[in-house]
Amino acid sequence: MKNHKVVASLEEAIRLSGLKDGMTVSFHHHLRNGDHVLNMVMEAIAQMGIHDLTVNASSLFDIHAPLLRHIENGVVTHLKTNYMSGGIGRAISAGILADPVEFRTHGGRPSDIELGRTPIDVAFIAAPTADPMGNCTGKYGKSACGSLGYAIPDAMNAQKVVVVTDNLAAYPLTDWSIPEIYVDYVVAVDAIGDPAGIVSGTTRITRDPVGLVMADRAAQVIRHSGLLKDGFSFQTGAGGASLAAAKYLRDIMLREKIHGSFGSGGITGYLVDMLNDGCFEALMDVQCFDLKAVESIRTNPRHHEISASHYASPSARSAVVDSLDVVILGATEIDTDFNVNVHTDSNGSIMGGSGGHSDTAAGAKLSMIIAPMFRARLPIITDRVKCISTPGRDIDVLVTQGGIAVNPKNQELLLRLKDAGLPVVDIHDLKEMVERTTGTPAPVREGGRVVANVIYRDGTLLDTIRSVPAK
Amino acid sequence: MRRSMLFIPGNTPNLLINGGFLGADALIFDLEDAVSPDEKDAARILVRNIMKFMDLRGCETIVRINSIDTDYWKADLEQILPQKPRWIMLPKTGCAADVLTADAEISRLEQRLGMEPNTVRLMPLIETALGVENAFAIASASKRVGAIFLGAEDLTADLRCKRTKGGAEIDYARSRMVMAARAAEVDVYDTPFTDVSDDEGIRADAEYAKSLGFTGKASISPRHVGVINEVFSPSRKDIEYAYEVMDAIRQAHEQGRGAIALHGKMIDAPIVARARQTIAMAEEMGVGKAVQHEES
Repeated sequence: MKNHKVVASLEEAIRLSGLKDGMTVSFHHHLRNGDHVLNMVMEAIAQMGIHDLTVNASSLFDIHAPLLRHIENGVVTHLKTNYMSGGIGRAISAGILADPVEFRTHGGRPSDIELGRTPIDVAFIAAPTADPMGNCTGKYGKSACGSLGYAIPDAMNAQKVVVVTDNLAAYPLTDWSIPEIYVDYVVAVDAIGDPAGIVSGTTRITRDPVGLVMADRAAQVIRHSGLLKDGFSFQTGAGGASLAAAKYLRDIMLREKIHGSFGSGGITGYLVDMLNDGCFEALMDVQCFDLKAVESIRTNPRHHEISASHYASPSARSAVVDSLDVVILGATEIDTDFNVNVHTDSNGSIMGGSGGHSDTAAGAKLSMIIAPMFRARLPIITDRVKCISTPGRDIDVLVTQGGIAVNPKNQELLLRLKDAGLPVVDIHDLKEMVERTTGTPAPVREGGRVVANVIYRDGTLLDTIRSVPAK
Repeated sequence: MRRSMLFIPGNTPNLLINGGFLGADALIFDLEDAVSPDEKDAARILVRNIMKFMDLRGCETIVRINSIDTDYWKADLEQILPQKPRWIMLPKTGCAADVLTADAEISRLEQRLGMEPNTVRLMPLIETALGVENAFAIASASKRVGAIFLGAEDLTADLRCKRTKGGAEIDYARSRMVMAARAAEVDVYDTPFTDVSDDEGIRADAEYAKSLGFTGKASISPRHVGVINEVFSPSRKDIEYAYEVMDAIRQAHEQGRGAIALHGKMIDAPIVARARQTIAMAEEMGVGKAVQHEES
C-alpha cells in the first residue's frame, strides 16, 4: 500500500507526532483495568526524555499505577480525568502531584476538548482492530471492548492522532468507529491489553439480600413515578444493586407490556437482554461493560455506538442524557441536601470520580441514587458530603433499605410514591435512623493542600478535594 | 400484628444489623439450620449482642434455638433468655412432651433472671409427620405456646416426597395445622416460599395460605416480606366494611334494635368479631383512622 500510516514503533509515532515538553497527551479508558496502551506510551515517552506533560485520560485504573512513577520523575506534571480508582487515588490524595488533578465528567471532558478549553496535542487511541490507514473499531479483535465512544472526541480534536492496535486488518475496515480522516499514525503492538481486565465475562446482579431489597424498591419507585410508559428511556450503572433494579424493572416492563425507546450509557448484558426482550427500541452505547454487550454492539443494528459528546456533552446542541427519563446512580455519600459524593471514600481519599454521574443526573427527568444506609460501620447520609460530585438540585430520590427519601423539590414524585404506599421518609429522619445504629462518626481530618478540583460539566468549579494527612 | 417473619441466619452480621430495616413484623434469628456446628457458639454470641445493642425498630424478636435432641439448645437459651426475646422457636417439635421439656428450662431461666413467668413465649416449629399428627397436643401443651409454625422443607423429607411450588404435598399438613391452632386458640404461621426470584409464586403461595386461615407467613428472603405483609393485611375495602359494621352496630344499639342489617345482609356475631379484628389490625398498621377520616 502506498501512503499507509503504519510506523514501526511507538517511539517513532511519538517522534513523528512532534510531542515536546509541556504538551498534552490523551487516552481513553475502554480497555479499563486491562489497558496496556497508556503504560506503554508513557514508558516510551519517559525513555525519550520528554517531561512536564499533561495526561488527559477519560479514566484511570489501578493498572495505570506506573503513571505514579512518571509523576515522581517529572514526566507527568498535570492530570485531567473523569475517574480514578483507589490505587491511583490514594497516591494523588497523599499529594504526589504538585498541581491539583482536574476532574471532569464524561460529558464535560469532550465539551471542553471541543470548545478548546483543554486542547490535546497527541491522542493515543487504543484500538482492538485498525486498518493501515487508521480506520479503527473496538468491536473486533482479541482485545475487543465494544464501543469506542470516549475516544471519538479525542480523535476528532487532537493535533495528532496515533492509533495503537494489536489487530491490524486489511484496508478498508468498513465497520469503523473512528474513520481514517482523523488518524495520523498507526502502530501495531503485540497486545494492547489483557482481555480479562478489559470487559467482565458477565456482570452479575447482587446476591446480597439487602441490595435486592433496595433494587426492588428502586424498581417500584420507577413504576410509580409516572414515567414508566411506552417510550420510556433508562440508564443504570454496572453496580450489583443497580443491575438488580434493572432486572426487576425488566420484569415489570414485560408484565405490563411497556415498550421503551432506549437504554443508554455503559451497557451491560442486562440492558442487552432488555433490548432483545422488546423493552427498548435501541441501545445508545458509549461503553461496553461485558462480553454480552460487546457481542450485541457487533451484531445487533439496534445497538448503537455513540461518542462521549453525543452521550453527554453539555455544549452539544443536544445529547442522549437530555432525553433520559430515569437514571439509577450510586453514591459513596449523600447529604441532607441530596448532594452526592462519588469521588472520595469515607476518609476523604480519592477512589472514583463523576464519570457520567452528574451528566445523567442533570439530564434525566428522574435521577435516583441507590445506596445502603451504611457501609461497614459508617453512615452514608451526612450533613455535608466531603466532596460534591453531583449537586443535590439534580437528584430526585434516594433509595435505601431503610426507606425512600424524596428531594423536596420534586413534590409530584413525593405524592406519587406516598400514594403508592412506598416507605417514604424525610432524609433527615433517615440520617437519624442510621446514626441510631452507627453512631455519629468523628469528622475526618483533612490535609491543607488541594489535590483535585472537581469541575462541573459546564466548566465551573464545583468543589475541591484536599489531601489526606499521613496516619 | 405479626404478618411476616423473616429468617436471618445467626452468623451473618450484615443481615443482622439490617434486620430492623427490612420491613418484617418479626425477625427469626436462626441458630439452628443456617449455622454450621463449628459456628454455633459464635452465632449465639452475635445474636445475643445484636439483641442487646441494636435498635431493631420495633420488630418482634424470635430466636430459633437448636432442637432439644442436640447439645446446643440449653446453651442457646442461657445466652438468649437474658435479652428477653419475645419468642423462642423450638424446631422439630414432635409431641407435647418436647414442648414441656423446653418450657421447663425456659421457666427455670425466667425464674433465675427474675422475669415474670411466661414472659418468653414458645412457637413450636412443626416439621415432621409426627409433629403434624400431634399438632393440637403441641399447640395446647402449655400456656407458653402462642403460635405454631409449619416447616415444609423438613416435613417433605420426612414424608419422602418432593417439595413442589404448588404445594399439594403439604395440603393436609397446612389444613391440619390451622385446625389445631385455631382449636387451641393460638396463631399459626405458614412455611417460607423458597424460590426467592419468583415474584408471582410468592404472592400466590401467600394468598393460598391466607385463604386456609394462616395468621401469617415466614420468609427466607427480605424481598418476600412486602408481598407477605400486603397479602396478610386487610384491604382498604375490608377496613371500610369493618367500620361500616361497627357503625351499624352502634346505631342499632342506640335505636334499641336487636337484629342488624347492612347492605341487606344480617350482621351476626362472627361478622362483628372479624370486623373488630380488622379494625385492630388496621389501627396497628396506622391506616385505621386515615380510612375513617376519609369516610367522614
